[in-house]
Amino acid sequence: MKGLAIRNHRAFASGVLFLAFAVFFFATALQYPAGTAAKMGPGYFPRLLAIVLAAIGLVVMFGAMKPAADRQALRKWDLKGLAWITGSVILFGALLFPLGLVGALFVLIVVSSRASSEFTWIGALTNAAVLIVLCLAVFVYGLGLPLPVWPSLLT
Amino acid sequence: MDLFHNLAVGFATAAQPANLLYAFFGCLLGTLIGVLPGLGPLATIAMLLPITYALQPDAALIMLAGIYYGAQYGGSTTAIVVNLPGESSSVVTTIDGYQMAKQGRAGVALATAAIGSFFAGCVATLALAALAGPLTATALLFGPKEFFALMILGLILASVLSSGPFIEGIGMVVLGMLLSLVGTDLNSGSQRFAFGIPQLFDGLDFVPLAMGIFGFAEIVKNLEQDDKLSLVTQKITNLFPTRDDFRRMVPAMLRGTALGTLLGVLPGGGAVLSSFASYTLEKKLSRHPEQFGKGAIEGVAGPESANNAGAQTSFIPLLTLGVPSNVVMALMVGAMNIHNIHPGPEVMTKNPTLFWGLIASMWVGNLMLLILNLPLVGLWVKLLTIPYRYLFPAIMVFCSIGVYSINSGTFEVYEAAVFCVFGYVLIKLQLPAAPLLLGLVLGPAIEENFRRAMVLSRGDATALLTSPISAGLLAAAAVAILLIMLPTIRARREEALQE
Repeated sequence: MKGLAIRNHRAFASGVLFLAFAVFFFATALQYPAGTAAKMGPGYFPRLLAIVLAAIGLVVMFGAMKPAADRQALRKWDLKGLAWITGSVILFGALLFPLGLVGALFVLIVVSSRASSEFTWIGALTNAAVLIVLCLAVFVYGLGLPLPVWPSLLT
Repeated sequence: MDLFHNLAVGFATAAQPANLLYAFFGCLLGTLIGVLPGLGPLATIAMLLPITYALQPDAALIMLAGIYYGAQYGGSTTAIVVNLPGESSSVVTTIDGYQMAKQGRAGVALATAAIGSFFAGCVATLALAALAGPLTATALLFGPKEFFALMILGLILASVLSSGPFIEGIGMVVLGMLLSLVGTDLNSGSQRFAFGIPQLFDGLDFVPLAMGIFGFAEIVKNLEQDDKLSLVTQKITNLFPTRDDFRRMVPAMLRGTALGTLLGVLPGGGAVLSSFASYTLEKKLSRHPEQFGKGAIEGVAGPESANNAGAQTSFIPLLTLGVPSNVVMALMVGAMNIHNIHPGPEVMTKNPTLFWGLIASMWVGNLMLLILNLPLVGLWVKLLTIPYRYLFPAIMVFCSIGVYSINSGTFEVYEAAVFCVFGYVLIKLQLPAAPLLLGLVLGPAIEENFRRAMVLSRGDATALLTSPISAGLLAAAAVAILLIMLPTIRARREEALQE
């Protein structure tokens, strides 16, 4: 069977993603009563959608294996950049209450700056100082948003 | 005249000094952020959303509309000056606008874009005001079947018009709808897909999702492609188009405005489609099609008028029918919900000052952009020289504070982090995120109307086809799907949407 090789790896992976979500939602929705078409329970619509999504996923997967499909590889992943950016957001969430806005922003800015290939400590620290002052002026004093400014131990 | 009475009410609201000030700040900030490379209107609005939390609903909406127009205009500025479309609706502006800039006519191109946008904004505001009444009246006749069919049509059209294969666009819509089901089921009160996490009982918030995908993940992507901007460094001196320029741009402006006004109303339409259609039309009609791509002023005037007209009339389906026609409108729904306004036919009847005030402030916003942008062009261009390594941490900061402020809770921050990873996967798989967000916003309403329609028809799905309106809407959706399957149209669509 010459025609069944995966030619378009990008599309095939997309189809797998759709199918995986469909299976996950369908399996979870089995816990909810479906009811009937005339009197739908909370499980009816999710199952319907999950079936549609599974079908789409399969169509996309088979489309990627058709002999006529474009040859397309998966793009290269840059997990380092993703890790710095995502990590800095998680740290911001985790540190906002214990450290206060000033500390959490400092960590957010310095950690996320590491994602750039042109990172320098001086640049990141200056940027952090400028942005922290700006944020305090705009969000805390200007707009009065309820944000903890200083570490919770001090206040 | 009802129309004039209503507009008078609107202008009375919009012209209050405080509201004028908010419109001004909205336009200023919108342009400021929109000019920055890599930030489209969606990310701009998402970033600036927290600023409006503390305001009254009408002031907040006026400011948001200002931000939206400012961001649109900012996108055109970068398109002309650095050949970098701030957003997809200014992609075509890069073709001739950047060429004009290279010929030392950046000022004229920017002025053309501003004048065209302003003119289109005026016309589209009138169209919006005139159509709002009749459309709202129609919407009040709609039952669950009709709303269901209308939303399906909107989602199908949105996937047809998004980039990439149609089937993948539809897949993203359905995935978005599934994600929208997370939380409490309104009919039975039971929790779905919440896994006992109390913060999920109200559903997945739109804003952290949008910021994760369009803010954070976009940054990771931009950091990967370290390309330098090709900034046009000449000083921008002459802003005024010559008499010959005017002779060429006015007809293009008129056609662009008409096209944009019409296409913007379509669900799934809006600014992007309008600008592409206008460019194609101008090139077809021109006596000098060979000048296109080499700095033809029509190639700036037409699409820029069209995208502004389309941007504005895409508010029509949102405000009258409650159906957002594109992602930016979907984000507006999210923003309005935060202020406890639920877009739909009821807004106009229950809250006329807010409704007409918003419409009037759109015109005010356009006027402000004209006044604001031409003198400040030099400043906007300077902003473009800020290196990205200083810029993106600032974006991170604004997005993070914005996400936190939705509920004053860190749960949303983690949610945004999760969607950053998810958004990165989408970028790598080249799956369009816009249909996902539309599905997410429309999902609950679709389920609700579907369930109601099925209750009324006692479970008979063919009832959707026996009402003339819903049958017509569903037929239109089917035609759209069939058309896209045709090989010739498919090829032309790929040509038009490739970026």
